[in-house]
Amino acid sequence: MKPSVQNGTVLTARNSRRLAAKKYWQEHWQYYVLLLPAVIFIIIFAYVPMYGAQIAFRDYKVKLGFWGSEWVGLEHFKRFVTSSNFWPLLRNTLSISLYSLVAGFPAPIILAFMLNELQSSKLRKTIQMITYAPHFISAVAVCGLIHLFTQREAGVINLFITLLGGEGIDFLSEPSYFSTIYVVSGIWQELGWGTIIYLAALSGVDPQIVEASIIDGASRVQKIWYIDIPTILPTIIILLILNSGSILNVGYEKVLLLQTPLNMGTSDIISTYVYRLGIEDAQFSYTTAIGLFNSVVNLVMLSVVNYVSKRLSGSSLW
Amino acid sequence: MAMQRQTMSDKTFDIINLVLLLAITLVVLYPLYFTVIASFSDPYAVVRGEVLLFIKDFTIEPYKNVFVNDEIWIGYFNSIVNTAVSVIYNLALTIPAAFVLSRKTLKGRNIFMGFFVFTMYFGGGMIPGYLLVKNLGLMNTRWALIIPAGFSVYNMIIARTFFQSTFSEELFEAAKIDGCSVFGIFFKIVLPLSGAIVAVIALYVAVGHWNSWFGALLYITKKELYPLQYILRSILIQNQEMNVISTEGMQNAEMIQYFMRRRYMAEGMKYSLIFISSLPMLIAYPFVQKYFVKGVMIGAIKG
Repeated sequence: MKPSVQNGTVLTARNSRRLAAKKYWQEHWQYYVLLLPAVIFIIIFAYVPMYGAQIAFRDYKVKLGFWGSEWVGLEHFKRFVTSSNFWPLLRNTLSISLYSLVAGFPAPIILAFMLNELQSSKLRKTIQMITYAPHFISAVAVCGLIHLFTQREAGVINLFITLLGGEGIDFLSEPSYFSTIYVVSGIWQELGWGTIIYLAALSGVDPQIVEASIIDGASRVQKIWYIDIPTILPTIIILLILNSGSILNVGYEKVLLLQTPLNMGTSDIISTYVYRLGIEDAQFSYTTAIGLFNSVVNLVMLSVVNYVSKRLSGSSLW
Repeated sequence: MAMQRQTMSDKTFDIINLVLLLAITLVVLYPLYFTVIASFSDPYAVVRGEVLLFIKDFTIEPYKNVFVNDEIWIGYFNSIVNTAVSVIYNLALTIPAAFVLSRKTLKGRNIFMGFFVFTMYFGGGMIPGYLLVKNLGLMNTRWALIIPAGFSVYNMIIARTFFQSTFSEELFEAAKIDGCSVFGIFFKIVLPLSGAIVAVIALYVAVGHWNSWFGALLYITKKELYPLQYILRSILIQNQEMNVISTEGMQNAEMIQYFMRRRYMAEGMKYSLIFISSLPMLIAYPFVQKYFVKGVMIGAIKG
């Protein structure tokens, strides 16, 4: 008697679960239909290439295909790390990337504070509109302008230098200027655009606290220091973590456009090297290995910085 | 007394802040301003360094020369077509996915989210992506530039944040009780109220696509498919000369003068080209500017 009753309750429980699942599915299947195109896209254009990256461990021959090509393990990685190009490439990549981070990261934060303190909202909107503009200009146009502006004879930068009594410089032919050109033009392009996220965060500052601080005699600088900065600190930290996850992902499109035979000593970075050897010389396996090395370093950096930040500040991505 | 000193120091703060802001704005603006005045000045004057603050010897010749160039027209046409198709395609993938993932009651939501977000931090790299497009048989077609750039997880998260903060769970419940299907909710309720986010995403996609050139470098060798930025690159960066005027039937002396002039003209045309190619996006963004804050993803990856 007893077992059968037990059996019966189990059955109904199972049945009701099945019914609930059926009901859920009837009500929700259309959600999954709406999500499907994006899922298919991500599988084809993000996960299939990840799967394809296995050619980094093979000696990929187009004729033999992904599966037929011989498995060589870490051969390509060893070749890259021990090649004479490895250290110069890593040095160039890291120096451009760290330079961008140190100089470029604080710039929009400072501008956001300055804009936030501006009394006239009309003027603020105008300044925002003007400083956003360079963000919308293509890398090709920006690099074209850099080529034009830094010309030895007629470049406008050299005109100003000679007006001030200096010597004209052929900037793009001097390896020592490359990272500065890259970073300064990057700040010019993204300075205004970068303020949006901080201004949004600053709009979350409680006006009552600000009012109270003014009654207590706080100056504007004190208000920024004691109220504004703590408010947007989590945003700053999250963006810093995100940036650290692309430490080896220097914007290669711009680097490629600014490379000249004379500045290659400092302008050749990992991703332009991948392009040159991979696409132009068709060394698919070797360059896929380099790309994979790049991705893994980025992922490790992101995880480490995220972990450290979680411990120190409580802000983290996951 | 203390109050007085406070307002004094605040006033100084305001003045210094204003002066610095105006200085920054001028520095940001100058390269753009210079491009415009250089493009309308006589190329000789530009090359001699006589153009710094004002147009010198006004001319529209560089623009005329740009517009008689077939390559530029082909590039413009390709970029407009590719960008328009790309915007529609991106919106069709991004907005529904963002809406779905904004629904907290959805089963498997976090798994899907993780599945998407992981690709932001890790990828197969340039070469496997290139081989994929090649294997799909997209080489030397317009689609090589459009199809692989159909969806950005970043844009999806932005739209998702918008949906989460705009629509309440109660609204959807009420619609459901009234017999509205999910498709009905999405197409009849959500979409008509999402103009702002659709505009922002459309602008982001359009700017990204209009300004892209690297895809063309990888996938396109047919001249009639080159997008504008790729043609721009060959002229601005690789100094490929544009054929401006036919030299047929010219005398020798005329030829020499013509070639000298052409060298300068090429420089002047670079400025006008940069201006013409950047203009569409520079005209578009101020219209969407008031929505930009919606296109921001503070803390949006969580939850």
